Amino acid sequence: MTDNNNDNWPLWEVFTQPKSGKPHEHAGSVHAADKEMALQNARDTYARRNEGVSIWVVKSKHITASTPEDMGPFFDPANDKPYRHPQFYSVPRAVKKRS
Amino acid sequence: MENQEKLDEFQARIDAGEKIEPKDWMPERYRQQLIRMMSQHAHSEIVGMLPEGNWIERAPSLKRKLVLLAKVQDEAGHGLYLYSATETLGIDRSELVDQYLYGSAKYSSIFNYPTMTYADICAIGWLVDGAAIVNQTMLARSSYGPYSRANVRICKEESFHKKQGYEMLAKMADGTPEQQKMAQDSVNRWWWPSLMMFGPHDSDSPNSAELIKWQVKLKTNDELRQHFVDRMVMEAEAIGMELPDPDLEYNEETGHWDFGDIPWDEFWNVVKGNGVMNRKRIKDRRAAHENGEWVREAANAYARKKKLQQEKAS
Repeated sequence: MTDNNNDNWPLWEVFTQPKSGKPHEHAGSVHAADKEMALQNARDTYARRNEGVSIWVVKSKHITASTPEDMGPFFDPANDKPYRHPQFYSVPRAVKKRS
Repeated sequence: MENQEKLDEFQARIDAGEKIEPKDWMPERYRQQLIRMMSQHAHSEIVGMLPEGNWIERAPSLKRKLVLLAKVQDEAGHGLYLYSATETLGIDRSELVDQYLYGSAKYSSIFNYPTMTYADICAIGWLVDGAAIVNQTMLARSSYGPYSRANVRICKEESFHKKQGYEMLAKMADGTPEQQKMAQDSVNRWWWPSLMMFGPHDSDSPNSAELIKWQVKLKTNDELRQHFVDRMVMEAEAIGMELPDPDLEYNEETGHWDFGDIPWDEFWNVVKGNGVMNRKRIKDRRAAHENGEWVREAANAYARKKKLQQEKAS
């Protein structure tokens, strides 16, 4: 993933938005020398059939991701907080039916 | 470290139908098998542009030319989806391309056959892309997440490839006696090679058991081939094409079509590099890569220049 190694353009991750109003989703990656070319390559590779109305590209090396090894401790603060969900609360029966 | 506990844990995830993602722990052998298989798949998509590209300038009409151009462009796209998925396993694109152009990496032997008439473009769409769809539909459920997702994308596009070929072949089969003959000749030449695309028989396929255990593949070569034959017999009949196998016969007991012996000697001969087009294909791919060197360099030089300008301006 070295930049500007003559033979190999840097790697970019591509995110496409299928329709306006929808979130961008990861589509895959492309190699490109600069950001304009990355956008064009992303369009030619991942949106030949109108799969996207908007594209984001970002250099792969700039992405920080959580690691599978840390998955447990990283996400467990969410595990003991059932009160963050609406199911945690009881509601009078009459009201429940109407919602 | 690959202790038994980790291997068991990994197998349990596979058996539970979980997808393996790039950063997850995986046995080294799983990684290596995937790199081998996925890059071979990617190389095949790229070299697959050559036999069809051969006919773009001689397409029989503007419509067919547009269709063929779009199809060949899709093949490039499929190659790129697959390279991108392979790179998630920690290998660089340039290394993959090197193994393919100057090393020992393989690609599907089907692309080492010549395309002699435009009817071959029809037969390739119908038979070769038809066989590829059977294979890729299975791979879309593969245990490795990025490979599975690349194949989902490919399958969505591949059905157009098959249908345009089948439609053209049906037209030729319905045409003048010369056109009919040309179409039949093409089907005769492509039938057996397309059956061989599924690989050797299960009994001769050393990798199969392991790949199925890890659910990289979900069906064996012979199962996929049988599925393909059953479907193609029906489709050939519908357009009045004959399949060049006198032993094709419906088997009431199994509910499948039995077929004759596959010419494996020819298959291995082509795999070993002695097919009609092996040398030309690799020569053309090398030339394309090497002649593009200055473009890659120029783009890098331009990117560096613009970066400098921006830094100065800010």
